[in-house]
Amino acid sequence: MSVPNNLKYAKSHEWVRVEGNTAVIGISDHAQHELTDIVYVELPPVGDRVEAGKECAVVESVKAASDIYAPVTGDIVEVNEELSRTPELVNQDPYGKGWMFKVQMSDLPELGELLSPADYAAHIGA
Amino acid sequence: MQNSLQQTPLHAAHVALGAKMVPFGGWDMPVQYTGILNEHLAVRQHVGLFDISHMGEFVVAGPTAAAALNRLFTNDVRKVAVGQAQYTLMCNAAGGILDDLILYRVEPSVFLLIVNAGNIATDFAWIGQHAVVSNQSAQTAALALQGPHARQLLDPGLAPFHVARQPVFGKTCWVARTGYTGEDGYEILCDNTDADFLWTELLKRGAQPCGLGARDTLRLEAGLPLHGHDITDTTTPVEAGLSRFISFDKGDFIGRDVLLQHRDHGPARKLVAFRMTAAKCPPPRQHYPILDGGRKIGEVTSGTQSPTLGYGIGLGYVEAGSAAVETKIEIAVRGKLFPASIAKKPLYKRGS
Repeated sequence: MSVPNNLKYAKSHEWVRVEGNTAVIGISDHAQHELTDIVYVELPPVGDRVEAGKECAVVESVKAASDIYAPVTGDIVEVNEELSRTPELVNQDPYGKGWMFKVQMSDLPELGELLSPADYAAHIGA
Repeated sequence: MQNSLQQTPLHAAHVALGAKMVPFGGWDMPVQYTGILNEHLAVRQHVGLFDISHMGEFVVAGPTAAAALNRLFTNDVRKVAVGQAQYTLMCNAAGGILDDLILYRVEPSVFLLIVNAGNIATDFAWIGQHAVVSNQSAQTAALALQGPHARQLLDPGLAPFHVARQPVFGKTCWVARTGYTGEDGYEILCDNTDADFLWTELLKRGAQPCGLGARDTLRLEAGLPLHGHDITDTTTPVEAGLSRFISFDKGDFIGRDVLLQHRDHGPARKLVAFRMTAAKCPPPRQHYPILDGGRKIGEVTSGTQSPTLGYGIGLGYVEAGSAAVETKIEIAVRGKLFPASIAKKPLYKRGS
């Protein structure tokens, strides 16, 4: 399972790429592999307030619906509209075209609570 | 938790293939190997192999066996010749479905029953009140070879819904041309000790291992109900649209009075198939409310994204007045309504 070095991770399998005050968020390669065959992604509306550790999106595989948790607190500033047409991008390119939403962070120190790539790799037993 | 789950004789084979294992009906079973979509399409287009050893196998034998089973089940066992199979239902006195099963008449007075894994203990107790029944489940393994190419791997010379005892790659088995996928194929019952050999031989010949995830999407497309979800001890075969498996003229059987009333007065609710009609919408899931013009008329009992059709499909009970094919309904998903339409069963038909 790929665990890129330039990202931070939540135990609930979301990744975060920090771009200034903005966090780009998706789910890890491990998560997409566990979910398999993603057929629908429900993203929060732009402008929504999300809170670290709280559910804010849903990914549906053939088998089940799974909650996605916001890894950071802030406002949704952009969502990946492409996923409504091609949800399988989350399987095909989880760290690239499969990104899900961007959060304008309001609590930067929160980032310290996320896992490093090495710690996340250990968390998933990779 | 892990320790309390039962394992089939093929458990190690599943783990070696990298299967994702999940609890199902008290068993630790493979839900998928490579992915549900891929395995589903393998069965629709080529041939897939399922471990169904978790299912229960009972034998009811003796001169009174046929009469006892005709009292226990809704269908008429007298219509089943030796070497034939029959889908039938076992109801309680209120007409509620205790289980659905396949009955095989293997000798004039010997019947083999395949029952759902989660109901083995309760079925055995219930049947035991009316017949002498032997539970062979612990020593019997079962494989389902399903798909249009199944006959290229195994051709026992059986017509659909027929069964025979014969060797498969040198191992003596019961082979039946039955299944739960809507495709042609076989179900093979063997001794536990032969399961690994037969599994390996069939994979070597090109069958793709398939898990319970694909089994569920395949049966749903084929419109086949799953006991414990679409049919339960509080739903009747008439409500579930299974009246063709009830023989009212065979004499008395358990549940007959209630089922007759349902038939004559019409049930208040009916199990229907439906399809989502919006271009992009979430797949329906069990317990989602079904609405008609904003009014709740029922609930989804099974649902998925159909791998073959590419849209959401499901089964659910609705008020009888809203059960006609083509009726426009809505499915509530996390508080939002999505359009759907009652559809004719099966949603997928072989060769369509």
